[in-house]
Amino acid sequence: MSPRLRAILLRLVQAIPVVIGVVVISFVLTRALPGDPAVYFAGAAADEESIAQIRTSMGLDKPLPIQFLQYVADLLQGDFGQSVYSGQPVAEDLANRLPASLELTLTALILSCAIAIPIGVLAAKNPGSFVDQLCRILVTAGVSLPTFFTGILLIYVFYYLLGLAPSPLGRLDFLYIEPDNVTGFYLIDALIAGDWETWFASLKQLILPAITLALFTLAPIARMTRAAMLSALSSDFIRTARAAGLSDHKVTYGYAFRNALLPIITTLGMVFSFSLGANVLVEKVFAWPGIGSYAVEALVVSDYAAVQGFVLAMALLFVTLNLVIDLTYSVIDPRIGFDTK
Amino acid sequence: MSGGALGVASLPFLKVLPAQAASGDVIVAVTGQTINSLDLHRKGTNRASYQVAVNCYDRLVSFGTKEAPGGGLSYDYTKIEPELAESWSVSDDGLKLTFKIKPDATFWDGTKVTAADVKWSFDRAVSVGGFPSVQMKAGGLVKPEQFEAIDDETFVITLEKASKLTLPDLAVPVPIVINSKVAKAHATEKDPWATEYLHKTAAGSGAFKVLKWNPGEQLVYERNDNWVGGPLPAIKRVIVREVPNPSTRRALIEKGDVQLSFNIPNKDAKELAEKLDVYSTPIENCMHCVGLNNTFEPFQDSNVRKAVAYSIPYEEIFQTAAYGRGARLWGGPDTIDSIEWPRKSPYFTDLDKAKELMAQSGFADGFSVPFSISLGLADWMEPTALLIQENLEKIGISTEIEKIPGANWRTAALVEKKLPLHLENFGGWLNTPDYYFFWAYKKGHLFNSSNYMNPEIESLVDTTLHMPMDDPQYAPKIMRMFEIAFEDLPRIPLWQPALNVAANGAKDYEFWFHRQLDIRPLKGA
Repeated sequence: MSPRLRAILLRLVQAIPVVIGVVVISFVLTRALPGDPAVYFAGAAADEESIAQIRTSMGLDKPLPIQFLQYVADLLQGDFGQSVYSGQPVAEDLANRLPASLELTLTALILSCAIAIPIGVLAAKNPGSFVDQLCRILVTAGVSLPTFFTGILLIYVFYYLLGLAPSPLGRLDFLYIEPDNVTGFYLIDALIAGDWETWFASLKQLILPAITLALFTLAPIARMTRAAMLSALSSDFIRTARAAGLSDHKVTYGYAFRNALLPIITTLGMVFSFSLGANVLVEKVFAWPGIGSYAVEALVVSDYAAVQGFVLAMALLFVTLNLVIDLTYSVIDPRIGFDTK
Repeated sequence: MSGGALGVASLPFLKVLPAQAASGDVIVAVTGQTINSLDLHRKGTNRASYQVAVNCYDRLVSFGTKEAPGGGLSYDYTKIEPELAESWSVSDDGLKLTFKIKPDATFWDGTKVTAADVKWSFDRAVSVGGFPSVQMKAGGLVKPEQFEAIDDETFVITLEKASKLTLPDLAVPVPIVINSKVAKAHATEKDPWATEYLHKTAAGSGAFKVLKWNPGEQLVYERNDNWVGGPLPAIKRVIVREVPNPSTRRALIEKGDVQLSFNIPNKDAKELAEKLDVYSTPIENCMHCVGLNNTFEPFQDSNVRKAVAYSIPYEEIFQTAAYGRGARLWGGPDTIDSIEWPRKSPYFTDLDKAKELMAQSGFADGFSVPFSISLGLADWMEPTALLIQENLEKIGISTEIEKIPGANWRTAALVEKKLPLHLENFGGWLNTPDYYFFWAYKKGHLFNSSNYMNPEIESLVDTTLHMPMDDPQYAPKIMRMFEIAFEDLPRIPLWQPALNVAANGAKDYEFWFHRQLDIRPLKGA
């Protein structure tokens, strides 16, 4: 077994206690929420008897430890439980909604990287220049404009006034049928099905929410790129490289940028995980059937199974994400040994 | 794929729809609510899902149609019309209702609707427990033994007590007729009423079939061309899209990309009314009111209760919290002259009078009390509470606004009934004053959040609840009830809220007491 594979396996094993902890904590925390889901789901006109029936059917009449064991037993069989709020099995909800959120978040991140990283690099190379000022404006605007505001503003200008954007009706306009589910990413599934019309339709739906989210995620990435590049450019090895007469391009991108990449990747990981959970507002504004709005709705009505399922799915996603980031580190900077951990 | 020549029923979704939408065959409606089940009888089914019961299933009877106050159409509580039943008769003692089912009524799968289906569906509604059983009970329908299928087309209901509420209760969304053959085929020992199957698949005889349901995104209805329950709908396909953000919904309806926006905020209703067709129908038998809890000592003093009623800035609240949508419920005549309900209370804003009443009360020095509102209903409760708080301060009652999370509200306000001063908004499906009083003024009943108890009201409600409305004793008793309610003031009426719907390219929208979208009467513009 290669050292890298062993290291990956080791990391996965290390993730097990984390997941167990998440299972326990999410279970306890949801129970600590105020409110009685049985009463809520019985509806306004329910009497004592019908509330008791609901409580039994939700399994909430049993003592907490028994409920927990039942939950864990179901989890081990891959059963996340039934969401009362959406009326669907939680696993199905997550399978439908996680790809929607991932597609939006990833598109937004690619977009914001494509803008933020070049701007950050150029700003660092020419401090005080026009690009530097532009970078500063973008960063300030990105941080200070809340996403729901940018979202509504974009809808107002590009959909309502100019009529350039399609109706903000979610992932696909009602004229289209969603492509056959393979990955859950409409852009990819439409490609697999070879249906270009649906591909363009879902791309059009994706543009405005992705820009909204990109504006928001752009700020930390641009800032971090600029700062990391500044410190890399002022370090000794760059001076040496310059003194050795290497070309400006080689110095900037071959040495400085590669060294600056580590903090950028770290930030990227943080921004990704943060925005996946925090794009609730974007999802609401664009009627995007994503996981953030799902979790918030479930939380409001104390829908235990849905909240637990969401937390668990996010935990697993973060474990994977951290692993990927660590692996990327060792690719970028071979000095970071993997096998020693 | 050029579908213009094909019937819409056979059309795929792609490409051809915009042209079709323009020709008025398709209506797209947006709503902020999410549909979580196709089966109203299932536990945990939310209110928004009731529209499936309305549009996809038939009842034995339905209500008529009338002009709504404030424009548009409304259902007519006073007129019971046939839906699946061709005719019906009531025995002289009122205990036996016999229904003749339309002989040509068929389910979507082509099989005949029989009395056995009706019996199975009614048995289900009274047996599954939860909300359906509670609603059936309101009409005196409690157990399967009451329902009998005499032959294929004759169905008999036997009552223990004759009630004027039985027939209207058969027209609410709960007693739907389900295709029992299909349902039974999917029933299991653990799930005898096939709730798992019907949760995801509708099996009815109604005007519309469910073509497609993506939970959390959309529901697509398609017309059932063989419907016999009423006039065939003009629209062939209706797409209900869920759009959580009200600003987005507003942009969509203003642009005309959707034809109907259901249940829009009061503010949008007011502003859109200048450009589009906006229907703001006051919700029948429903009112927003201030609850004064009888367990809180100062509120046991009649002068304090009246002082509160005279201190409320009604008009300001109506304009700020309701944007003038709905109906005013204050400044009415001193004497009760009709059985109209909700009605204007005799109170109005008069701070001098309120101060005078406070001075005469046992609490001339004032007192302080928490003022509870629900976070789930904060859109109208918060501005209302702030305005009332300001005026109460002027008559010596200091309040602190306490916001209770939505999931806790029902327990605190309605079950434990422990909130001294709070806002409340009960609305009854069956539109008679006695029904409202039954829920909101009788001791221990759920919506009596004020712990109100008056022996005369108790007996008046009991006698009028099942009494026919044309009984000569009915009106005097009801008016007496109003008199006591306005004198005792456990609930101070504020206004009757409105259900707002904006249309841009759709017409003949009809308001229903269940506050869900009935797509059957809709027409393209």
